[in-house]
Amino acid sequence: MKKELIELRVNGRAHELAIEPNALLLDVLRQQLQLTGSKRGCDDSSCGACTVLIDGVAMMSCTLLAASCEGQEVTTIEGVSEHGSLAAIQKAYGDWGGAQCGYCTPGFIMTVKSLLAENSNPSEADIRMALSSNLCRCTGYNQMYQAIGSAIKAEREGLAVAGSGGGKG
Amino acid sequence: MNSKFSIIGKPTAMVDAAEKTTGSGKYTDDLSVPGMLVGKILHSPYPHARIKAIDTNKAEKLDGVVAVAVGQDAPKTYGILPVGHDEYPLALDKVRYVGDNVACVVATSEAIAERALELIDVDYEVLPGYFDPEESMKAKSDLIHDHKLNNIEKDYHHVFGDPERGLAEADQVAEARFISNEVTHAAMEPHSTLASFEIDPHTGKPGRLTVWSSTQVPYYLQHKLSLVLEMPMQQIRVIKPLVGGGFGGKSEVIPLEIIAAIAARKAKAPVKITYTREEVFWAHRGRPRTIIDLKTGVKKDGRITAVKARVVQDGGAYCSYGVVTILYSGALLGALYDIPNIQFDGYRVLTNKPACGAMRGHGTVNVRFAFESQLDELASAIGMDPAEIRRRNLLHSPCITVNGLRVQSYGLPECIEKTVERSGWKERKGKLAKGRGLGIACSHYVSGAANSIIRSDMPHSTVNIKIDRDGGVVVYTGASEIGQGSDTMTAQIAAETLGCSLSRIRVVAADTDLTPIDIGSYSSRVTFMAGNATLRAAGEVKKLIAAAAAKTMSCDPEDVVFRDDLITKKVCVGTDAVVRPAEQGSAASVSGRVEGQILRGSLQQKRKEEGPKESTTFEEAVVTAIDFHGALTGTGSYAPPAEARGGKHKGAGVGPSPAYSYSAQVAEVSVDEETGEVTVHKVWAAHDCGRALNPVSVEGQIIGSVWMGMGQALTEEMVWKDGMLMNPGLLEYRSPSSVESPEVEPIIVESVDPEGPFGAKECSEGSLAATIPAIANAIYDAVGVRLHESPFTPERVLAALRAKKLAKTLNLTEGIDPTAPSRFREHGGSLWFKGKGPERHPLDPSRQADAPAGGAD
Repeated sequence: MKKELIELRVNGRAHELAIEPNALLLDVLRQQLQLTGSKRGCDDSSCGACTVLIDGVAMMSCTLLAASCEGQEVTTIEGVSEHGSLAAIQKAYGDWGGAQCGYCTPGFIMTVKSLLAENSNPSEADIRMALSSNLCRCTGYNQMYQAIGSAIKAEREGLAVAGSGGGKG
Repeated sequence: MNSKFSIIGKPTAMVDAAEKTTGSGKYTDDLSVPGMLVGKILHSPYPHARIKAIDTNKAEKLDGVVAVAVGQDAPKTYGILPVGHDEYPLALDKVRYVGDNVACVVATSEAIAERALELIDVDYEVLPGYFDPEESMKAKSDLIHDHKLNNIEKDYHHVFGDPERGLAEADQVAEARFISNEVTHAAMEPHSTLASFEIDPHTGKPGRLTVWSSTQVPYYLQHKLSLVLEMPMQQIRVIKPLVGGGFGGKSEVIPLEIIAAIAARKAKAPVKITYTREEVFWAHRGRPRTIIDLKTGVKKDGRITAVKARVVQDGGAYCSYGVVTILYSGALLGALYDIPNIQFDGYRVLTNKPACGAMRGHGTVNVRFAFESQLDELASAIGMDPAEIRRRNLLHSPCITVNGLRVQSYGLPECIEKTVERSGWKERKGKLAKGRGLGIACSHYVSGAANSIIRSDMPHSTVNIKIDRDGGVVVYTGASEIGQGSDTMTAQIAAETLGCSLSRIRVVAADTDLTPIDIGSYSSRVTFMAGNATLRAAGEVKKLIAAAAAKTMSCDPEDVVFRDDLITKKVCVGTDAVVRPAEQGSAASVSGRVEGQILRGSLQQKRKEEGPKESTTFEEAVVTAIDFHGALTGTGSYAPPAEARGGKHKGAGVGPSPAYSYSAQVAEVSVDEETGEVTVHKVWAAHDCGRALNPVSVEGQIIGSVWMGMGQALTEEMVWKDGMLMNPGLLEYRSPSSVESPEVEPIIVESVDPEGPFGAKECSEGSLAATIPAIANAIYDAVGVRLHESPFTPERVLAALRAKKLAKTLNLTEGIDPTAPSRFREHGGSLWFKGKGPERHPLDPSRQADAPAGGAD
């Protein structure tokens, strides 16, 4: 298939890319931009490991044409850490055991980011509903709820708390 | 709680947590090397067929195709067990399941490789297939493997004590057939392997092979690659990058791992193969469908007098771990309760389906479901509380069970106590609203197998530690981090032993060129075995540092205390309190600077001027020790003690472990009697892990096990039709989502094992097995039906409820169990009464196998 040029904005940077029109966003991110944080766990948007934000909305990049994202802002897990440090949600996932094997973690974090952008104070039912688009096979989800709760609290109370509030201690 | 420790026992983020939460960590499929090509495998469309010819000409001519590998490119068999070398990387003459591996195309892109697969012509002669283990056992012709008569991979018959007499002495005997349907790991990361040959500088020909693979067992992979490729092991380097979950699915050599190497050899270029999700389901190696005929006797006082189990496992087309799986299902009838008489007849049967292998709770889970359900039934028959009947049958540790398993630490009593207390069992059991109930069950698991797959007296784990003058500690371990926290455990044990901070430790793991042998992450062996090896290696270096530090402090090496990056002279005030200068402590924690690291002379001069010291920083002590001894390295290894390796009977090698973990759980469920839907509201799970080295990880493992058990109990099931998997996707194979997942309250019980590292034992598998029967028993408590077949889908629950109702109307006498699986036949994963199912198409092949209508109606 003949390639065409597109401009893709990813994590705040513009990239000019030659892609096949049927190229999937996930493949372009992973293979052309070497942004391998987004994972492939299935091939049919059933697992959510490839979740990225398109203009702030969580979407599964394994079933999204890269060409269709031209003109939109794509955010991947690589664009989540802040000033070279872990964002509150990333720190909390580590501290509370929200990540075990870590394969689904980038997708979950993108889903959580999208949820919190929409609703800064979600109930547990809201969180469960939002996370149900993603699958995790290690954690049984429980420790993720704790992590999300703690990240919300840390965000709210400011970086001072986020810095010292690690772990359960 | 553990004030005598500074690192262990504290909730600690995993050492690789940031890599995982930022996406910077590399899994195998994230890797690429220059010139890398893509491999795609052609799979068999038939469950059982002879290959008459393969024509790859057209495929090879396609632009972009570099090579096509077939069976003849590596006609050597392998298998994870020495007794089970029955797999060819690519089929030679026969395919044995839908998905068996036939050829591999290497091309410049995935799309081209896929197109080329369609151009390969394979001429098959289709053979009759076997899909049901009990039917397969009757086979006389068209055997799946010619040398396996009756398609039986292996059968074992064990008798311990006198089961007949035990049953005769019982006041109450229960007998039933239980069926657990097949489940699979479905780890989030699909298997992936990248293989690359180097050119030997001396011969100028292809030389060393490097393989990056998603594996739990890099050293076994190295061994099998060496067998199949006929290369010496030292010419093969296996590197395990991050692994996205294993659960046993990556604990043996998966076909693509060897095929990638064969393809790379043929294509003369690096090749990466990554399975699609559907291929992961075909590769499988999950928990076999198991038919358990179980008979248990108890006295009126609740004491178990005997148990007889006949276990048939539907093993699929190859041996895989099968011999071990069937043995575990019998051996682990022991070591949970005190059972004086045990009879076990186990059959591992071949069928034309993907091979089953090891999955979390290897071998024990399905039999535990049957046993704990039957024990519940017996409790109700003798009018005893289900928690109480479990208490009546406790072991008296330390002991050796009737089947030769050595138990040295036994936290089960406390596990039962704690779950009963936290769940409000006494106040709430039997008093919940209609349709809601509580159930209890227990389980246990090994902390590593006492006998390795390839029997020898060699260590199961070895760990090397290097400390250099920068004050950094590098731990080299072959143990495989697969998400369970192996690397973090290693770092914690090294840091605790050396009294240094976690940030000083760097773990280099699972790279056969760099790290000493560790047999892998399976059978929950890593904390116990690699942990002990780490403890010993760190202890050895510590001794060297202590000897040097003692010199400068003019004291005995035994009187030197390592803690919080300080090496202090022990001063006895009262019993064992340690006094150390406060300002020294704070200075050490902020400064990483060491004067005289390089300029040894000036340090010695300084030391002379200062005279004997009360304490020194970790860095200083390291430099002194290097001055004193030269290199600072330590090695530790672990092999289970001879006393823990079990009895002498045939098959005695499987089951023994240096230590067992224990679990007790209470599940609270509700059952919708209209729809048959079961909802699990909460599970209280107490687990005896010896000592919790990292409570966050231990709790995570307990919750994860319970959750996976719940999946098997309620929704997960591989549905087969004539050898074809009907649900090879993550939406159809239903593992619970966050909406369906209950709260799990993990309760850590620490029995402090005498041989575990700091007393630690297993915590990642043992909890799974208790969840299924706890839910089954809770369903019984809720609506009075006992389910004999898992998963407890709405169809099965409804069928059982209807059968119960029907039995009442028809006034069926006692002794006839209307919910017994033999009274149903299966159709596409759903259960229907015999003769009452929907009419099937006359050409439907499963129709011919239909038994005449009859049964419960």
